[in-house]
Amino acid sequence: MSILLAIFLGLVILVLAITAIYHKNTKVAIIATGTVGLFASVLYLLLAAPDVALTEASIGSGLSTIIFFYVLNKIRQSND
Amino acid sequence: MIKKGLLLILLVGFVAVISGLLINFTGSNELNPLASYYAEKGPTEVGAANLVTAVVITYRGFDTLGEVTILFIAAAIVGFFLKTMNADTNRPLRLRKTSEILETASTLLVPTIFMLGAYIFVNGHLTPGGGFQGGAVIATGVMMIILARPASQFNHKLISVLESISGIGFVVMGVLGLVLASGFLNNAFLPLGKLGSLLSAGAIPIIYVFIGIKVGSELTSILDSLKENQNEI
Repeated sequence: MSILLAIFLGLVILVLAITAIYHKNTKVAIIATGTVGLFASVLYLLLAAPDVALTEASIGSGLSTIIFFYVLNKIRQSND
Repeated sequence: MIKKGLLLILLVGFVAVISGLLINFTGSNELNPLASYYAEKGPTEVGAANLVTAVVITYRGFDTLGEVTILFIAAAIVGFFLKTMNADTNRPLRLRKTSEILETASTLLVPTIFMLGAYIFVNGHLTPGGGFQGGAVIATGVMMIILARPASQFNHKLISVLESISGIGFVVMGVLGLVLASGFLNNAFLPLGKLGSLLSAGAIPIIYVFIGIKVGSELTSILDSLKENQNEI
């Protein structure tokens, strides 16, 4: 059961990662990157690495998303 | 055409290198000598119930010091460049109105997130997690404050003082280990206590509190310096 869930999560991560690379809208791409981090943290938890899961959940899906948004906002301002 | 051919050659070479690793890989049912040393001697030498912590803080403590230094340098560079880029502009921030739900929820959630972060790094030697994780969770709470109340200002002095004190504290604990016990960052100069109780594992809880505060204040300062450079939030 747990291995099926792990494979499913891996596929979801793959789809989200491809979305992050190829989507035209940068906002959607950033959200997809954050969601990759969220699902990856669940995957780490399943693979018995709770220490890494904690880091990934807070940095990968929380802080890096907001930093990307700040930088995107900044780049828009300097392009105006 | 040439570009594609070169790419293909590169890919084939990459596959050749990686497949060698894959073919020669044999799983083993027992730990390798280093891992079995950590697993057998860890509880008696270090006294931490969470073996990952024993490795990260004591056996490989010097690496952790390096990681904290790298994070510090990253935060310093972000602060430096954003300050110099926007040194002359003193435009007032245009704030978008945040939603009522987010504001109300943040008053409940932010203290809880801070408490969870503190719990994670205080219990780093017993349960999964530790200084880095706890500090990152605290920074997530700060992020929530910024999202819910963009007008709020952080005390830069307090952040930098906290960061400096915890950095110095970490190094002082390491040197105390060198003087009083057998080596740099050795935790055994304080009593090891009973395995699994909160006050056990020698100096590890103190070191983890320092690392947690340091990482939390560093990530907060990165977020804060990025926030101050936006014209519109």
